[in-house]
Amino acid sequence: MTNEKTIREPLFHISKRAPLSKGQVALIYLSAVVIALILSGFVCTLLFGANPFAALVGIFEGNFGTDSRIWWLLRDASLLLLVSLALAPAFRMKFWNLGGNGQIIMGALACYACMHYAYGQIPNVIMYILMITTSVGVGILWAIIPAVFKAKWNTNETLFTLMMNYIAMGLVNYATSKWSLQQTGKLEPINGAKLPEIGNKYILIILIAVAVTVFMFFYLKKSKHGFEVALVGESVNTARYVGINVKKTVIRTVLLSGAICGIVGLLFCGVVDGNVYEDTPQNMGFTAIMAVWFAQCNPLIMIISSFGIIFLSRGINHYQKNVLKLTNSAVSDMIVGFVYFIILCCEFFVVYKLQTRRNKRNFGFKDISEQIAGKGDGKPTAVEKEERNEGGNK
Amino acid sequence: MGANLAGAIALGTVLLLGSVGEIITEKSGHLNLGIPGIMCMGAVGGCWGMVVYANLLANPASANWFLLLFLAVTCSMIFGALGAAIYSFLTVSLRANQNVTGLALTIFGTGFSLFFVKQYIGKGNAESVLPALSKILNTSLPFAGDLGFFGQVFLSFGIIVYLAVLIALFAAFTLRKTRVGLRLRAIGESPATADAVGINVLLYKYSASLIGGAVAGLGGLIYIVVCRGGNGLFEVPTDLPRFGWLAIALVIFTVWKPDVAILGSILFGLLYMLKDMGIPFNSYILKLVPYLVTIIVLIFTSIFGSKAVQPPASLGLNYFREDR
Repeated sequence: MTNEKTIREPLFHISKRAPLSKGQVALIYLSAVVIALILSGFVCTLLFGANPFAALVGIFEGNFGTDSRIWWLLRDASLLLLVSLALAPAFRMKFWNLGGNGQIIMGALACYACMHYAYGQIPNVIMYILMITTSVGVGILWAIIPAVFKAKWNTNETLFTLMMNYIAMGLVNYATSKWSLQQTGKLEPINGAKLPEIGNKYILIILIAVAVTVFMFFYLKKSKHGFEVALVGESVNTARYVGINVKKTVIRTVLLSGAICGIVGLLFCGVVDGNVYEDTPQNMGFTAIMAVWFAQCNPLIMIISSFGIIFLSRGINHYQKNVLKLTNSAVSDMIVGFVYFIILCCEFFVVYKLQTRRNKRNFGFKDISEQIAGKGDGKPTAVEKEERNEGGNK
Repeated sequence: MGANLAGAIALGTVLLLGSVGEIITEKSGHLNLGIPGIMCMGAVGGCWGMVVYANLLANPASANWFLLLFLAVTCSMIFGALGAAIYSFLTVSLRANQNVTGLALTIFGTGFSLFFVKQYIGKGNAESVLPALSKILNTSLPFAGDLGFFGQVFLSFGIIVYLAVLIALFAAFTLRKTRVGLRLRAIGESPATADAVGINVLLYKYSASLIGGAVAGLGGLIYIVVCRGGNGLFEVPTDLPRFGWLAIALVIFTVWKPDVAILGSILFGLLYMLKDMGIPFNSYILKLVPYLVTIIVLIFTSIFGSKAVQPPASLGLNYFREDR
């Protein structure tokens, strides 16, 4: 026992937890959000000398201050939710679709092309149908090219879809040079060709988001396809063994992903802007990945996560612009990025637990003795009973 | 032609440092998709160092060459390493998903760089000072101009470009020939085995990510100083990420070898310069060529890739000692 002094226990010890209940996981995420908000308020104070409570008020005002702000919040949250819903099935399958931006741009570009060539030439109804079908079709095309190569040759889909983003942006620039009448480097909005309004110009987007959420919930949770997607994501070999056609599942799922992104492109061009730019998607293709990740691919939780992200970024943007008078749109990007980090940090505690050196002293024995004693009350647990019975049967 | 080739080499250096940084990180088994964000942070960090130094002087043009170089390089590397520190803390210690963390870092890094430029650097006279300072940094050998084509293409750069090539060669040597490199590669292939042999896995993973981030950050600085001649500070968050993504793709193209990356990055620099070379073809389509070639390379390596050029076996997987 002479070397007992030289061996030093590390200060912290990380070990895996038993799976937590849903309520406990929710509690961890909730506390993560609260910690993130407090810390980002602190950062604001540090950087701008701002009062963190005033920041909180500013954030709420930026979202709920006027009627149109509320509508904008709902519109952007719905759009982000749609993109998240598009990426979720691919994600569940461990297909890293980072091409959401490109697929949205292509959907918007296809929509603009229809508006550019068909507006005034053919009846509006036919033009609407044309807009919808081409947007969805091109969105699918942009997603399915990487998917086919992934399914056939296991080509790296992360970088493939990223490159497709830049090709889509290049095509927008090309189209701009062709179609722009005044050669200002931007296309002219065609507002007359926008899709008809229901009530006001935001309700259509919100309705579509609700419909797709319901569809995606049942598709992922209740349908045979959803089961196949989950199984391919967990283990390709198991899926193959069960008799699932993996290639077909990959292509079919990504097709769905691209179709919804195409719809988002249609909404951006045909409802919101009447136009298409390089940054039409407002980076939602990336933001949605965070929304999907925090919601763990659950469509209902995605409503909360995408709403939260948009709420925060819109609110901070309003606060820095109107209260701090900074005109620095990057503040919201930075702080939202910071919030992502905090939540990712807190996710650690869902799977692992930390023990300090002090608590550890009798940690090993305690755990084992607890197990032997059946959680300390001396009675065998259900699992143990089962094990004993099995042993008896042998 | 010579000017285009020189431009290609300058752009290639940006890609080179990005991909060398990514290679070092990937060799430890961590796929860092935050490289675009890290490069942005490095770019603004280096510029910040230069501007702070210049503001201490009465006349920015009289800045000391060595001190300026030292400050710019150190600041960009520190900022890059800071970004990588966030990434490695989350993925190495807290075992967060690498892809998601990397993307979060890219979102944060681009946002941070624009914020930093608008809030601290761009407010003063930075936009007029930086070109002058870049000129000092780009001082080349005095006789380079007299050597004709060769001199124009290979000797017309400031020392910072040669520094980048040296870093790549040094990284290649370290990875292939030294004990440290062997250990790092072992960790990338199988961290559990390396741990069992007694290698400090955590230390190596952290160091690899931090060094990789520092190198990529320097790449960001080179984009501003060499490629843009000190202009375009405000366009960093929109322009630089595409080089970051290309650099990550280049890692696959160069089969995880920093010395191959030197040639590969110059090739991609050339592809990027195609649009300026006066080829009678639509320039908008020529702009797409680097991305199309990347896709073709990805497809080819996936179809014809041999066992010898696979990524590190544990790439993308976090290591937890008590996992079974």
